[in-house]
Amino acid sequence: MNEATIKTTIFQLLKRIAPENDPSTLMPDENIREALNIDSFDALQFIVAISEKLNVDIPEEDYGKTATLKSLMAYLQQKIKH
Amino acid sequence: MITITYREALKSAIRESLQKDERVFLMGEDVGHYGGAFAVSKGLLKEFGPERIMDVPLSESGFTGAGIGAALAGMRPIVEIMTVNFSLLAMDQIFNNAATLLHMSGGQLNVPVVIRMGCGIGRQLAAQHSHSWEPFYAHVPGIHVLSVGTHEDARGMLLSALQSPDPVIIFEYTSMLNLEGEIPEDAGAVDIRKAKVRREGKDLSLITYGTGVYKAMEAAEILARDGMDIEVVDLRVLRPLDEETFLASVAKTHRALIVEDAWKSVSISSEVSSRIMEKAFFELDLPVERLCGVEVSIPYPKHLEDASVPQVQDIVDRVRKILKP
Amino acid sequence: MISFKMPSLGADMEDGTLVEWRKQPGDLLQRGDILADVDTQKGLIEIEFFGEGVLEKQLVEEGQKVPVGTVLALIRPVGAEAEQVVPPAAAPEPKKEAIPMEPILQEEKPASPPVATEKTKRIKISPLARKMAEMHQMDISQIKGTGPEGAIVKADIEKRLAEIVPEKEVVEKPREVLQQAPVQQAAIPESEAIRKAVAAAMSRSNQDIPHYYLEKRMDMSKALAWLKEANKERSVQQRLLPVALFIKAVAKALDDVPDLNAVWENGLQRKNEINIGFVVSLRTGGIMVPAILNADTLSMDAVMACLNDIIPRARAFKLRSSELSQSTFTITSIGEGGGDKVFGVIYPPQVGIVGFGEIRDEAVVHEGMIGIKPVVDVTLAADHRATDGLIGGKFLAALNKYLQNPASL
Repeated sequence: MNEATIKTTIFQLLKRIAPENDPSTLMPDENIREALNIDSFDALQFIVAISEKLNVDIPEEDYGKTATLKSLMAYLQQKIKH
Repeated sequence: MITITYREALKSAIRESLQKDERVFLMGEDVGHYGGAFAVSKGLLKEFGPERIMDVPLSESGFTGAGIGAALAGMRPIVEIMTVNFSLLAMDQIFNNAATLLHMSGGQLNVPVVIRMGCGIGRQLAAQHSHSWEPFYAHVPGIHVLSVGTHEDARGMLLSALQSPDPVIIFEYTSMLNLEGEIPEDAGAVDIRKAKVRREGKDLSLITYGTGVYKAMEAAEILARDGMDIEVVDLRVLRPLDEETFLASVAKTHRALIVEDAWKSVSISSEVSSRIMEKAFFELDLPVERLCGVEVSIPYPKHLEDASVPQVQDIVDRVRKILKP
Repeated sequence: MISFKMPSLGADMEDGTLVEWRKQPGDLLQRGDILADVDTQKGLIEIEFFGEGVLEKQLVEEGQKVPVGTVLALIRPVGAEAEQVVPPAAAPEPKKEAIPMEPILQEEKPASPPVATEKTKRIKISPLARKMAEMHQMDISQIKGTGPEGAIVKADIEKRLAEIVPEKEVVEKPREVLQQAPVQQAAIPESEAIRKAVAAAMSRSNQDIPHYYLEKRMDMSKALAWLKEANKERSVQQRLLPVALFIKAVAKALDDVPDLNAVWENGLQRKNEINIGFVVSLRTGGIMVPAILNADTLSMDAVMACLNDIIPRARAFKLRSSELSQSTFTITSIGEGGGDKVFGVIYPPQVGIVGFGEIRDEAVVHEGMIGIKPVVDVTLAADHRATDGLIGGKFLAALNKYLQNPASL
């Protein structure tokens, strides 16, 4: 799966959770949860949605690697390869 | 950007049209040898010859009919009626032929004629020669009616009008002929379907056309000094009205003042006001107001002539009254 | 015959609009059936019926707005014989064998003009101002108009809005509240109405209830470690959040200290069920407080599943009446980036609200040494008419006990 598709999927799911914010304004190093005002409940929903949509398992200890757009993309790309 | 008079802008438009399309020709009283009653076509006879710059006899009904005939036959005539006051004599041709032939022929006959008319007050030409009859024309289906309120439109509306397969009436303002304005060097054809927001604002929509446009802009500048933020909408197209633009403006500002030189009764402002009431009622915070020409025959003395239409100060005063800051 | 009345779905609710009947006369109703959709300040609520019977008659029409307590429908209990229906509040219908004079009199009555001779004054208001007033549920008869002919205009509505009771925003996350300013488009009507409802309830609470406050810092290392292990064994959809742990721990603590699981209505009335309300902040501002019913009987996974169901529905304004009106105790949690601790405002007629701050690492003293541990500051705001510091303290101690032994939850 290429980078663009992953990014689109991330944006789609973020838009679903936080509809009044525009995920495409996210900077690569911005903390996603803070920037889009996503609480712990919504964050879990996002993780669930991403895991289901991209068919990857994201264990709890890896949550730290998904905090920014840049790190999330890198993490997912690596996971999807294997 | 270049500085140009309204007159020169009109002339460049005519010249460019003649250069681009050999079917185009100008016909009207004194357009050729005299150089145009208002000097708009000065020098063009020499440039293009009598076949393209045609002097016609003193018979509006006759030469307008001839122009319609030329259009029917495949030419692209620009019929110049010296002023709208004389167009009374051509109205049968315009309203009963030009406007109806497409319909009466079951779609077979297009009449691609462009009729340019000077109009408005400002030269002390008194009651019979100072009319603002845009409302009459805007009333009739079958014709497209434009109002040239700015230099950019003077430069570009004619070119687009000549592309239309149906009759287009263009109102030009004799009081603006000597007025200088700036346009881009490569200015050309402009859109002839939409109104234009000339100045954005949020406190009130000042909706106008023709000579009202620059007056409204000046009034808005004066009002801005007192903290009032006025949006100016230039209607540009009097038929069909671009209601989308002015309704959006009212939805934003919630207040509207329509300004025109024409008499208030059964005017452009009557129509615009109705449409605002019909389609933007729930956006209105105040009743729609109108500032129009005084309902009198236009007087001859200068000070009375000036007082018979809304001037910049009248617009400023009325807006102040409405907004009552 | 059962008279089914418009329920109160919150301490401040005064009326509701019946939007749609979900059952028709003749339908057999079972416990939990949804009778109708009612529109309140809190959005569209499904009204449930908790008995069994046959819907005999609908007394309120769709679209009608009625005060709380108005009889909406008559329901014939199962087993009862069909009786002569006597509508409780409506004017008596003329009996068939009435004297000829009576029916005429009855007909004349509604036709006669109102006794007051002076014409009721029409309120002049601009269309825009009227729209705004409706959106904010304002009473326009109370507003002075400064527009032409004394009409009420936008500026008058805005002035009145600025005067409305300033919100008591102690409860929910601060940044959720601040979102009101940056959002470009006008706030949706529901969120404005909800804000008003919250404001009304919170002011009433602060006026009527003498709050006392206790706080305790609780060590979360055991709880978080347990959660980590528990989540390893669960699929991502079943993952547990700390809030589920809090809900269970609070439920158990309430079991130990039942005086806090009560309502104050002319005296303390303990409640049998432990229905824990928790504060859900809405994305466009405002809060809703749905309840997890019988939280003490649910497993941790069941509580989590409940949260996964209720929170999205709360944010979409699709809650049921029982979920909104039956809390016996409330939890509020401030989460990351908010405050270290949160002091709640009790939601009447409840008698307590517990607040959980942010779970964060702090230096703690343990066996004479300083270590870094994850902790949470827990607060209890309680009604001093119902309980005192001793009881409140016992509750917090019990809560701490359970958080140190998560396996027992």
